[in-house]
Amino acid sequence: MFDLMGKTALITGASGGIGGAIAKALHGAGATVALSGTREAPLQELAAELGERTFVLPCNLSDAAEVEALPKRAAEAMGSVDILVNNAGITRDNLFMRMSDDEWQSVLDVNLTAAMKLSKGVMRGMMKARWGRIVNISSIVGATGNPGQANYAAAKAGLIGMSKSLAYEVASRGITVNAVAPGFIATPMTDKLTDDQKAKIDAQIPAGRMGQPEEIAAAVLYLASPEAGYVTGATLHVNGGMAML
Amino acid sequence: MSDVADRVKKIVVEHLGVEEDKVTENASFIDDLGADSLDTVELVMAFEEEFGIEIPDDAAETIQTFGDAVKFITEAS
Repeated sequence: MFDLMGKTALITGASGGIGGAIAKALHGAGATVALSGTREAPLQELAAELGERTFVLPCNLSDAAEVEALPKRAAEAMGSVDILVNNAGITRDNLFMRMSDDEWQSVLDVNLTAAMKLSKGVMRGMMKARWGRIVNISSIVGATGNPGQANYAAAKAGLIGMSKSLAYEVASRGITVNAVAPGFIATPMTDKLTDDQKAKIDAQIPAGRMGQPEEIAAAVLYLASPEAGYVTGATLHVNGGMAML
Repeated sequence: MSDVADRVKKIVVEHLGVEEDKVTENASFIDDLGADSLDTVELVMAFEEEFGIEIPDDAAETIQTFGDAVKFITEAS
């Protein structure tokens, strides 16, 4: 099940906890993977761990020219891009009343606009191939909101609206577009929380624990697979029951 | 009929699955040949590849009929 042999996948934010787990899952199912991210060292480390069928494509998604170039670089490296995982994301948290235009714009640029441009950049190849998978990593916060994260929540909700609209347009071409909305996931970012903070978070999650990056990767693997060909425009919430949507 | 027109017609016939004699000068891709809006995007992509040209989005919007396509491509290539 979930055989991606012969498929090619571009994953942004592959230097992060969730992105790295997604890359491993797709690669483990047989896909050739292009690992993208801003920091090259962790990408090279991951590539070395995965071995063959792996390319490293550093890219700063806040740079519009680099974003435009990435789909082409990926297609040149792998021959095609069958699967695009828009996973990269940044946060610039602040109370709404104190949020600067720059904090707003930089989060929208990387988390939403870059996903739009990359999706556009891979679409021609997918349309010709009559097969494609786009998986956008949204967030529980896009559905529930979160104080201090108006920019992040707007971008993550925006990804869901974009996914649905694009899903409509390209469904007849064998291309699916879906979103995965993680809840609290144990990553280097959440490791910094104190035990007390963690306990408070866990208490709000029916499953009683944070999720693991591999649990997000499994959802992405499913949506990227041939088996999920009839699933499009969906948002798969992976949050331990924290919000049942 | 010019070489460009022949090649354009071949693409239209293959892509939209229509009879060759339906593809006339004033035939509208959408109104007469049964294309949907995404088909027109794909036709433009196919023209770009066949003729090695780039058709910008604003120009693509003006290509509504077979005649439009032949005219644009003849001028561009």
